[in-house]
Amino acid sequence: MSNGHNDQREMQSREMTGAEMVVQALKDNGVVHLFGYPGGAVLPIYDELFQQDAIQHILVRHEQGAGHAAEGYARSTGKPGVMLVTSGPGATNAVTPLQDALMDSIPLVCLTGQVPTALIGSDAFQECDTVGITRPCTKHNWLVKDVNELAATIHEAFHIATTGRPGPVVVDIPKDVQFARGIYTPPQTAPRTSYHPRVQGDLEKIKAAVELMATARKPIIYSGGGVINSGPQASQLLRELVELTGFPITSTLMGLGAYPASGKNWLGMLGMHGTYEANMAMHDCDVMVCIGARFDDRITGRLNAFSPNSKKIHIDIDPSSINKNVRADVPIIGDVGRVLEDMVRLWRASVKADKKALHPWWEQIARWRARDSLAYRMNDDVIMPQYAIQRLFEATKGKDTYITTEVGQHQMWAAQHFHFDQPNRWMTSGGLGTMGYGLPAALGVQIAHPDALVIDIAGDASVQMTIQEMSCAVQYEAPIKIFILNNQYMGMVRQWQQLLHGNRLSHSYTEAMPDFVMLAKAYGGHGIRCEKPGDLDDAIAEMIEVKKPVIFDCRVAALANCFPMIPSGKAHNEMLLPDEATDEAVANAIDARGRELV
Amino acid sequence: MNAQLQPTGSAYFIAKETEKPETHTLSILVDNEPGVLARVIGLFSGRGYNIESLTVSETEHEKHLSRITIVTRGTPHVLEQIKHQLERIVPVHGVVDLTVRSKELGQERPLERELALVKVAGKGDDRVEALRLADAFRASVIDANTEHFIFEITGKGSKVDQFIAIMKPLGLVEICRTGVAAMNRGPQGM
Ligand SMILES: Cc1ncc(C[n+]2csc(CCOP(=O)(O)OP(=O)(O)O)c2C)c(N)n1
Ligand SMILES: [Mg+2]
Repeated sequence: MSNGHNDQREMQSREMTGAEMVVQALKDNGVVHLFGYPGGAVLPIYDELFQQDAIQHILVRHEQGAGHAAEGYARSTGKPGVMLVTSGPGATNAVTPLQDALMDSIPLVCLTGQVPTALIGSDAFQECDTVGITRPCTKHNWLVKDVNELAATIHEAFHIATTGRPGPVVVDIPKDVQFARGIYTPPQTAPRTSYHPRVQGDLEKIKAAVELMATARKPIIYSGGGVINSGPQASQLLRELVELTGFPITSTLMGLGAYPASGKNWLGMLGMHGTYEANMAMHDCDVMVCIGARFDDRITGRLNAFSPNSKKIHIDIDPSSINKNVRADVPIIGDVGRVLEDMVRLWRASVKADKKALHPWWEQIARWRARDSLAYRMNDDVIMPQYAIQRLFEATKGKDTYITTEVGQHQMWAAQHFHFDQPNRWMTSGGLGTMGYGLPAALGVQIAHPDALVIDIAGDASVQMTIQEMSCAVQYEAPIKIFILNNQYMGMVRQWQQLLHGNRLSHSYTEAMPDFVMLAKAYGGHGIRCEKPGDLDDAIAEMIEVKKPVIFDCRVAALANCFPMIPSGKAHNEMLLPDEATDEAVANAIDARGRELV
Repeated sequence: MNAQLQPTGSAYFIAKETEKPETHTLSILVDNEPGVLARVIGLFSGRGYNIESLTVSETEHEKHLSRITIVTRGTPHVLEQIKHQLERIVPVHGVVDLTVRSKELGQERPLERELALVKVAGKGDDRVEALRLADAFRASVIDANTEHFIFEITGKGSKVDQFIAIMKPLGLVEICRTGVAAMNRGPQGM
């Protein structure tokens, strides 16, 4: 009897409005930071946020900024990023970061306001079909029409965003549902029956992989962002595996830091702008172990010439990644961390590693390495962009540093010349290649790590896409450093125009540029300009010293191009190396047929 | 190296397809919730897959389950991708390629049936002929007056095709087809 009484009391305490439920559900899912922008359709939720302190709301200047900030937050912490936006334009502005998070497997929970249920479909003010628009750019999405389902839906959204292959989710909440009263249900562990990502790898397959690896004479490990997503344990196990096997290792853009760049088996990044040794080793290997990567077209080059003589082991949590672009001889479906645990254990138990047998392979790799494919010509008068990154790297050594980037040449130079020894330190838009990602992402990282040194390695064009978040950084005293490699060009576009379009530089030169130093000041930040190589170290030191958001306008050689490069449609062993990249070679690197297809 | 001397394709290398396309029938068990069909169809259009026939209806009301049957065409590699991509959709419980399963069971193909309503209008000899042919096809008359018939015909798609072709010169007015319903023979479920 008294039990029934308690139940009733408990029910009463769990009765609340939809808006209260949103805040309660966020708290119950461990959310402490929320990136957002208000509007009519989310005012009840904003009213609840106003009346509590457990969750800090970060007011961005554009919803795209909220999304990338949440992505940076997620990538640097391993926790989901959360954003809150209003209906209509708020939701459509969120589309770019949603697709970005989908392509890079980032756990992102996006709450959107919607017009009242009774008005849905009537072209009401600020109405849009949010679930329709975001269906193809989310892992899953929901329109909640019943307040009694709101809490469970938000819990499920967190569950789906963070488990299996992580990704973005949207919960669309009509305004009347935010006002309505209902019963709050706490998070529970009875997820829907149709969703069970497979995490444990098939032991027989892992055994077969270990046997294959034990016989390899020219092996290579090719790891990707999946290792980082799997968590720090997976990176640790990857390091153990490399140590045990003595195999060389390369990684995709998204996977940098899982294996330390200072490690002795590291070959550098692979792919279109990867190192010569990494790409040649991929091409000539006899056993390839692909761990949490997906054989993206920027990685493989020409598919029918991709690593023609190797047996391929592919570990991935998403069955659709396997055999999508490249056929796997030993496919292993599961969470990278779990599979690596089994793999390391089996290797220890069953293989007596004969590292001597790999000597000829390492000697071959040393010859490739000797080509020094990241070399560039220094200049005493102009700052070479590669040099700027190298100095930045040296200046940040030993500091608690996080790097984000925009998209373009500077992104590739950052990947080549900044070296990462830990996972979760490198935030870049890989799959979608979103210009404007880096500045808000840096903001998100800084919110998560207030005392860290967070630098956005930016391009002059990209940074202008989301520059308004400087204002947000100033408001929250987030001392992010925007390090612009200012070449006055959309350098990467120009490079392709040189390669493919007879050097006709159609609209890739920015004729009017803001004064970035004054712009920084206008926002209430600090501006620095550097034009000479000799001044660079002092200027970087100043940037690191200043406890404010900084825009660093680093004037670099305008016409430098990014090499080495696998030109359009070439194979890994057909790279264009910097010392061969004469003007003529660049102009002829891709033939007419290639031009049509790019 | 010397890449500039070896002209080739593109960074978006479009490999020549060497596999032959095949027609397969897929059964997809899904939670019957708003938007689930849009997710399935959106996947097909978004990734450039074909839909030759689509049938959907709730099959287990208490469990809120619907069964979608899709006839699609693609190379074996694409068909494998379609299955995996469908399985990624959160409310999808399972996907069975009935065509593959029937081969595994040592059968030629899954059981496939379609229902069509066929309206034929006419007088005189054409009308008699239509009725006679409908009888031969075991189509039943479900509505009629002196100037028209509506036939209901059930069978394999090819039989329905044939029936419609024959009715064309006899005063065919309109057709409604359900699309393919399919399952594998034998005692096991999907
Ligand atoms: C939103 C968006 N629009 C267009 C592009 C195409 N794009 C790729 S790189 C690039 C130029 C980037 O210029 P900048 O930021 O100055 O970098 P740089 O290559 O000069 O280092 C463009 C326009 C893109 N990636 N993203
Ligand atoms: Mg630029």
